[in-house]
Amino acid sequence: MILVYAETQDGKVKKSALESVYFGAKMAAAQGTSCAALILGDSTDGGRLGAYGAKEVFQVSDPGLASFDSQTFAKVIASVATDKGATVLLLPDSSNGKSLTGMVAVLLKAGVITGVNKLPEVKDGKLYVERALFSGKAFATCRIDSAIAVLSVAGNSIKPQQEGSEVAVTPLSVTVPVSKTKVIEVKRSVGIVPLPEAEIVVSAGRGMKDPSNWGIVEDLAGVLGATTACSRPVADSGWRPHHEHVGQTGIAIRPNLYIAIGISGAIQHLAGVNSSKVIVVINKDPEAPFFKAADYGVVGDLFEVVPKLTESLKKFKSAHH
Amino acid sequence: MKLLVAISQTPETTARIAFKDGGKAFDPNGVNFIMNPYDEWYALVRALELKEEKGGTVTVIHCGPAANEVTIRKALAIGADDAIRVDIDPDSAYTVAQQIAAHASAAGYDIIFTGKETIDYNGALVGGMLAGLLDLPFISHASKLTFHGDSALVTRDIEGGEEEISLNTPFVISAAKGMAEQRIPNMRGIMSAKTKPLQVVAPVASEGLAIHTDFRVPAAKTAVKMVDPGNMDELVRLLHEEAKVI
Ligand SMILES: Cc1cc2nc3c(=O)[nH]c(=O)nc-3n(C[C@H](O)[C@H](O)[C@H](O)COP(=O)(O)OP(=O)(O)OC[C@H]3O[C@@H](n4cnc5c(N)ncnc54)[C@H](O)[C@@H]3O)c2cc1C
Ligand SMILES: Nc1ncnc2c1ncn2[C@@H]1O[C@H](COP(=O)(O)O)[C@@H](O)[C@H]1O
Repeated sequence: MILVYAETQDGKVKKSALESVYFGAKMAAAQGTSCAALILGDSTDGGRLGAYGAKEVFQVSDPGLASFDSQTFAKVIASVATDKGATVLLLPDSSNGKSLTGMVAVLLKAGVITGVNKLPEVKDGKLYVERALFSGKAFATCRIDSAIAVLSVAGNSIKPQQEGSEVAVTPLSVTVPVSKTKVIEVKRSVGIVPLPEAEIVVSAGRGMKDPSNWGIVEDLAGVLGATTACSRPVADSGWRPHHEHVGQTGIAIRPNLYIAIGISGAIQHLAGVNSSKVIVVINKDPEAPFFKAADYGVVGDLFEVVPKLTESLKKFKSAHH
Repeated sequence: MKLLVAISQTPETTARIAFKDGGKAFDPNGVNFIMNPYDEWYALVRALELKEEKGGTVTVIHCGPAANEVTIRKALAIGADDAIRVDIDPDSAYTVAQQIAAHASAAGYDIIFTGKETIDYNGALVGGMLAGLLDLPFISHASKLTFHGDSALVTRDIEGGEEEISLNTPFVISAAKGMAEQRIPNMRGIMSAKTKPLQVVAPVASEGLAIHTDFRVPAAKTAVKMVDPGNMDELVRLLHEEAKVI
């Protein structure tokens, strides 16, 4: 069986959970097995994972799971995986997922690959998994040599479809170990799709000249329903919040569309964004290195080009309702 | 405080990535190697600052061949007190974690630092594995670590924000940007590093479980399509009809 840890936030399953479940269901179909999902904590909408391919949805509700602790969560996930005889365990490649993956793998004595973005193959009874390395500058195939595999699924690797119907959630009773950490405060900007999950990202750099100019970037992001990001010097000088910083030292993202405005395209910036499916670069310097990594380029002054693009998109959106 | 920092060695960020033996191995030809930036700038420096505030020792540990000792000496030059090199090819995160755990289980460290990930394999695994093997709490992507009496207060990056957590030692922490500022080794540091203890230990038995079988570089990107800055309707049309992303 393929078990998927379906991450929740504020009592609802996350987008990454729909993706991982759908990914797990496709893997299960190819391997002639079934896919089940596991929810930890008090989520109320786990049943909808059935529509995305989970044959069963298990839920452990326990006050000890109210806030995230990697050790507690890892132990509960590992014990359910063992009980259910899972051969593959999928985790999200989110910040909490990254805290869990190594620990869960050790608890299960499982071969582990992070950031998987393509359905693995089975050859001669072994699982072969493709992954990116060197920040997207290379790929590798890995062979899993253990009875159970732990894989973390990169965001936006698969487009989840509703192909089935809701299932009933089965409560599980599992001993939840007492957490040795205490979450004091969670600060999260509300109402915004977090960067690693965003399908469209509008990002701006030092070419913006001043933080007060960000209105045109936000307008563009607004029509596209995009999340905003920025280059490192922009975050370092406090023009934009730290959690918007993408690149080698910031967040690595893989949206369907990345629009880079007034960003030169330094290699450390590209390291975080070059897995984007389509890249649009707007820069006044035709020699900017970013054009080499772009699919579409516009050489021009961003203060003129960006508002024009926003207008064109508004026209397009109203024509396509 | 007794502190351990796990340091790895990676190709420099601008290195050209190529493979040899028909895609079976990384080609180190012409590549400069550096200490993994998260380990050097954030994990190591924050450990040194804690030692300066509270007293204690900072030990660095590295799994790798003798050629990597330049990286270990650099960590000593920045200020670590002593170093351990486990003489093994670090072929998987699990191998590395088992080696470090074998050393740390008996040594009684208060905090074990790793970087949030290595910039070559981007696995982000060793820290969590270590915590799993040693049965310790693990905080990943920490951007701040302070002490209030005996309890540590850690800020950790999460999607779209941050989270504040308190816990007591011992624990494992992976360091992200924000934890500290890079320190450049000075002449005195470089001189004293030459005589600081660097112990080479034989590896314990360990297993890989996930093996990289072959490597490749992505196909070259097709040339960028330029769009006239006066014609944004055309860009919108391309994004809709050709790229199909809006
Ligand atoms: C180890 C290391 C790690 C790093 N990590 C990161 C990272 O994670 N993320 C990151 O982003 N950087 C990172 N950097 C920094 C990186 O090397 C670059 O310095 C940085 O990305 C440059 O930011 P920028 O493109 O916004 O600014 P600049 O390089 O100053 O580029 C500004 C661009 O705006 C254009 N421009 C100016 N005015 C206009 C206008 N009116 N209209 C249109 N275009 C205009 C210019 O032509 C230029 O190309 C790292 C560096 C190092 C050494
Ligand atoms: N060969 C190694 N020796 C010592 N520490 C390592 C080694 N490889 C990785 N680490 C540590 O583990 C962290 C995460 O590495 P990774 O899981 O490979 O992304 C690094 O930032 C280092 O702190």
